[in-house]
Amino acid sequence: MLIGHFTEQPWQDDNTGLMGNQSLDLGISNQLYDPMQGAKLYNRYIDEKIFAEEMGFDGLMLNEHHSTPFCMQGVTNVGASILARVTNKAKIIILGNILPIWDDPLWLAEQLAMIDMISYGRLVSGFVRGGGRESVAHNAPPHYNRERFEEAHDFIIKAWTDPGPFRWEGKHYHYRYVNPWARPLQKPHPQIWIPSTVSVETVEWTARHRYPLVLLATKLGPTKDAFDLYHKTATESGYESGTQNVAYLFKVHVDESEELADEVGRKYLSGVSNPFLSGNEGTVNPAIMSLPGHTSRRSKRLAATAFGPLGRLGTNRRPYEEQVKDYTIISGTPKTVLPKIKHVLEYLRPGSIFFWDGDGAMSHEDSMRSLRLMGEEVIPAVREMGQELELNSPFEIDPVTNQPFAAEVNEPVIPNKVVAKSPAPASAD
Amino acid sequence: MATAATAGTEEVIEAAGVQLHVVKGGSGSPLVILHDELGHPGWLPFHDALAQRYTVHLPMHPGFGVTERVEWIMSMRDIAGWYLEAFDDLRWEQVPVLGYGLGGWLAAEMASMCPQQFSKLVVVSAPGIRPPSGEIFDMFLVVFKDYVTKGIFDPENSAGFQSAYGGDPTPEEADARDYAREEASRLTWRPYMHYPNLPPLLHRLKRIPTLVVWGREDTIVPLSAGEAYQAAIPGSRLVVLDRCGHHPHIEQPETFVQHVQEFLNT
Repeated sequence: MLIGHFTEQPWQDDNTGLMGNQSLDLGISNQLYDPMQGAKLYNRYIDEKIFAEEMGFDGLMLNEHHSTPFCMQGVTNVGASILARVTNKAKIIILGNILPIWDDPLWLAEQLAMIDMISYGRLVSGFVRGGGRESVAHNAPPHYNRERFEEAHDFIIKAWTDPGPFRWEGKHYHYRYVNPWARPLQKPHPQIWIPSTVSVETVEWTARHRYPLVLLATKLGPTKDAFDLYHKTATESGYESGTQNVAYLFKVHVDESEELADEVGRKYLSGVSNPFLSGNEGTVNPAIMSLPGHTSRRSKRLAATAFGPLGRLGTNRRPYEEQVKDYTIISGTPKTVLPKIKHVLEYLRPGSIFFWDGDGAMSHEDSMRSLRLMGEEVIPAVREMGQELELNSPFEIDPVTNQPFAAEVNEPVIPNKVVAKSPAPASAD
Repeated sequence: MATAATAGTEEVIEAAGVQLHVVKGGSGSPLVILHDELGHPGWLPFHDALAQRYTVHLPMHPGFGVTERVEWIMSMRDIAGWYLEAFDDLRWEQVPVLGYGLGGWLAAEMASMCPQQFSKLVVVSAPGIRPPSGEIFDMFLVVFKDYVTKGIFDPENSAGFQSAYGGDPTPEEADARDYAREEASRLTWRPYMHYPNLPPLLHRLKRIPTLVVWGREDTIVPLSAGEAYQAAIPGSRLVVLDRCGHHPHIEQPETFVQHVQEFLNT
């Protein structure tokens, strides 16, 4: 199994009065933005990722959002590029680049190929459609969101795999000369994983492409439904999927005592508003949540089911206790979090998991304590659970064939003499 | 205002390869009315008033919730090109056309491509030109109801607004509004609600008598855009209604119809 680490990299600044969860989506002027605070936070989050690798995480998950304080990373490829050089073993898992907002996906194909080479083949390239705020912020036509996603995807795969130069005259993208002087190190190309907050079309599309599906902090019931739909679609598409095809991100914080875990766990629900952080939604702008044509009418009709927004994001502002009760938040000492993690693994059977930590109003110290305890006590135990439950990641079993990879696939591709030792994280003590 | 005795009836007519829904009402010479970005609003008092003297034709644009969408149409210029063939098929030749909101922009695009199709043109509160001062309000960042309300000068006391958009929509209306919003997005997402190369082509409207009508307090498309339309169309006249927002035909139907009739009759 693959165990990864994630944080949204939230903006935190006591001076701007943004602590608290009352901000309207896309309703905050960046005149409040303090670049010195930004500098410190960016470096803090990089340090935490480096430490996460040292603590034994197999994957460092990155994402991006736009024009919003709940996620500082507007360019996930910048974060991934840095990690490509300063880390050594962990997969760099971008979940993901927002394809429809790219007017020039060739540039994206080049960037990802560079990251794959610089990391010596550690890139996992996730692709997403993005939410309304991303379409608004980069002026991408929401009514063509899915069309652009699919065309950009097809184009990038071709740019990575077909010898150039070639022409591309599509509906949304047009190139007279595709011949990037950068090609991914992994063959045929880096694995593509698709994150989702439970869109029926996305689950089916992902299953048909045999790409691993990553459910993002959705409630357990709807997550199980989505995984079942994936496995069913796989069968209909003529192949057998397994644990390697499904992954799950969930909120896990570990601390030194139950009291501290409770105190810090509650910080998930404070800090800047985050519509993905159940209980911390702030005031969402309904127009931006449903830009014209962004969500298909089929998905809208499912809004009242487990696949709808209520099913996937939970009810607004759910109290901490309630989320702890239904495993939306797992916070405790290693001793108390492990049985809960085991429950999640048994119920969902994901081959890859990501612990979402260090978010909301959690401080660097909170994050580092949790990372250390995860490394010392949680990750080794969860690995054993993974073996016992036969949960395999897409690097153990091929999600396309359901067969083990040839042994050499998992051999390190890094020629030792070229690897620079990554600098020790400045604040990892 | 007149009674609804002349309320139109809906027909489905094959035009330019599409089953086009058209509401037709009244009697007299033809007048084609092109609806705005909100979709076909139903039979309103200003339709009724104009139907006393004209046979009004209210086509429902493809994609706006009733007439099916035409997949290849991706811009206002595309839909204008499509509509010209629809006009041919419907034998709307040398007709007066009134377009409000997005429909006014559509009429202007069509007239710039094919001026001989039009006898007279009324352009009301139309986007299409980047306002020399101010900005066109972004309809996609607010929900439908807020957008309509924002466009009305005095929504509380506007009987026309209250009866057309005041109450809660039926599920069918809500659905149609959702389609209209999506099609408006397909046509106008970027550049938002305008096309930089429209003004130079409007010079071609020099042979079409054109009336431009605007609400002085239009907070959706600022009056400066109306002035720009007037300046770009040789010989056109601009009428500005006081205490009026983006929807003169709804907010001040009587004054509006009076101006339109006066223009059409001369």
